[in-house]
Amino acid sequence: MAIPPGVSNRDWQTALQQFTQAVGAQWVFTSDEDIALYRDAYSPLWGEPEERLVSAAVAPDGAEQVSQVVRVANRFRIPIYPISTGKNLGYGGSAPNLSGSVVIDLKRMNRVIEVDDKRHFAIVEPGVAYFDLYRHIQERGLKVWIDCPDPGWGSPIGNALDHGVGYTFGAYRDHFHSHCGLEAVLPNGDVVRTGMGALPGAKTWAEYRYGFGPTVDGLFAQGNLGIVTKMGFHLLPAPEAYQTSVVTVPRRNDIVPLIDIVNELEHAGLIGMPEYSSPLGGFGPPPPELAELLKRPGGPSEEDFDRYAQQRNRGSWGCRLQFYGSPKVVAAHLEHAKDRFNAVVAGATFQDGELLRFPLTQEQLDRVHKVAVGIPNMSIFSIGARTALNPSPSDGHLWFSPIIPKTGEAVLEAQRVFMDAFAKLGMPSMVSPFSMPATWMHRAFIFIMAFPISRTNVAQNQRNRAAFGELVKVAAQHGWGEYRTAPAFQDEVMAAYSYNNNALLRLHETIKDAVDPNGIIAAGRSGIWPRHLRRARA
Amino acid sequence: MRAAVVIVLSVIVLSPRAAPAQSDTAVQQGNDIYQHWCATCHGRGPGNPGTTALAAKYKGSLPGILEDRTDLTPQAVRFAVRRGTSIMPFFRKTEISDADLDAITQYLTRRSGARR
Repeated sequence: MAIPPGVSNRDWQTALQQFTQAVGAQWVFTSDEDIALYRDAYSPLWGEPEERLVSAAVAPDGAEQVSQVVRVANRFRIPIYPISTGKNLGYGGSAPNLSGSVVIDLKRMNRVIEVDDKRHFAIVEPGVAYFDLYRHIQERGLKVWIDCPDPGWGSPIGNALDHGVGYTFGAYRDHFHSHCGLEAVLPNGDVVRTGMGALPGAKTWAEYRYGFGPTVDGLFAQGNLGIVTKMGFHLLPAPEAYQTSVVTVPRRNDIVPLIDIVNELEHAGLIGMPEYSSPLGGFGPPPPELAELLKRPGGPSEEDFDRYAQQRNRGSWGCRLQFYGSPKVVAAHLEHAKDRFNAVVAGATFQDGELLRFPLTQEQLDRVHKVAVGIPNMSIFSIGARTALNPSPSDGHLWFSPIIPKTGEAVLEAQRVFMDAFAKLGMPSMVSPFSMPATWMHRAFIFIMAFPISRTNVAQNQRNRAAFGELVKVAAQHGWGEYRTAPAFQDEVMAAYSYNNNALLRLHETIKDAVDPNGIIAAGRSGIWPRHLRRARA
Repeated sequence: MRAAVVIVLSVIVLSPRAAPAQSDTAVQQGNDIYQHWCATCHGRGPGNPGTTALAAKYKGSLPGILEDRTDLTPQAVRFAVRRGTSIMPFFRKTEISDADLDAITQYLTRRSGARR
């Protein structure tokens, strides 16, 4: 059995006894077989000495048990690492930053505490999955939608706390932004409620997020000051109808007005999440003619790209617009959107989808993009799983997720910069002249890429880790930082946020030392290490 | 995802053993747990990456839908759930307990004995 770093065997045995008293023997996991289930299934360090492994796992059921467990950990200075549903795959899964930590597995805390479809909010525990919350709402016929990320098995709390994102309107798909009030167990075992929740008997915990005084909620997201045990979320009133329209623009430089107009529509609340693409892109190596163009010194010109698009009778860029509301509202917003594009972009074309009214028929459900209408599912894994086109799938993936501005110029710059970076690395590029960013964030793009992970090919993982680290540096040189990353890269990513001699990290460390003087909670999370481990690392 | 069950199954599936007696209740319980934890990837219809992956692997020689298989063994099911395969991760005991896993196994192997 592994022992947490810096803990004597005697203290460890005593702590395990006290963990058992707090949660029951069934919920303290120490066997090799059981703790192996807390490995990050998509670890880029899989099977290497640096892989982040746990010494034990403890699964409390309720904030009171969490508090008891934390008090034990604090007494014996045992590093602990909370997980909710443990499905943060590609960003760390269920494994800690510090090997030897005890995972506090909150999956048993799976109660939906309240959903209100008149005031449009929910309060949940961390073990609740998007599937669970959706089912709760459907079974009761409540007139609210949730905003879910691609895989529906994740936790609204866990996802929000890692700044996860979804698919509907901007105010909802930034999941931490849409949270309202939380309850957390602090390193000394104290239980704190934020916002209105600090007022005993408050009636608006999940509606007015500030309460009174400074807000501290953000310190618990990607942070390590406590274990969140409840959280409120604002929910979207269920719309009557939904319709998409794909706008396509003909020329390469049309990307600039395309994104400008979509920004205008989205920031005014007239559309949900836009989804960009290029009709010229696709999977696999470029066609021969494009490959020849790309070999030209300095790359293809705008005219080359425009000619390439014209020869294929395709546009250069497209964007799927999503409209929600009553049929009248949808029609009016769609008409306005077309007016705006037609006034600015010559040759813009539109392909309208069917107006869908809720509830959907089974046939409509089968073809709709479910997350766009608030239905959790797992279809995203079709991208990585074995298919006829992908007969040898990887064992997982690692997300590289730099944030870039929401402009056409920034997209074209990111394409050039990352294609050059891959060329210098001697690797096949994950970026093409037609790559478009992800749009989950309301006010910024994510120029996301997925590095494959192998459980058997260590050399491949090492190459990809080196490339990942290089891309973090390249991105930072251009003013782009990652919004989220796996533990293996959190120090590197935080190091890029270095303004004024790392003033932000120094502030985090000051707060960490004050709130968690024994440094027990999620040591190293987001590159924030407790004092005793900071010194060791210096 | 759990589609991954597929690969494992192809390795371990064919070890004949006498099927244990299975009560209707246990099989129904296994069905319920299977629908909760597994069918979101291994269900019928579009948007089920597990089913798609299995179909791509077996190319018609075995069903892509796990519930339609008659060749699954308890070992194969347990291995897939606790070890994962390909992009399907393994499941912790706070998600699928040993008792839940036994029930899922009973459900997925309910037809295996008849085949033998």
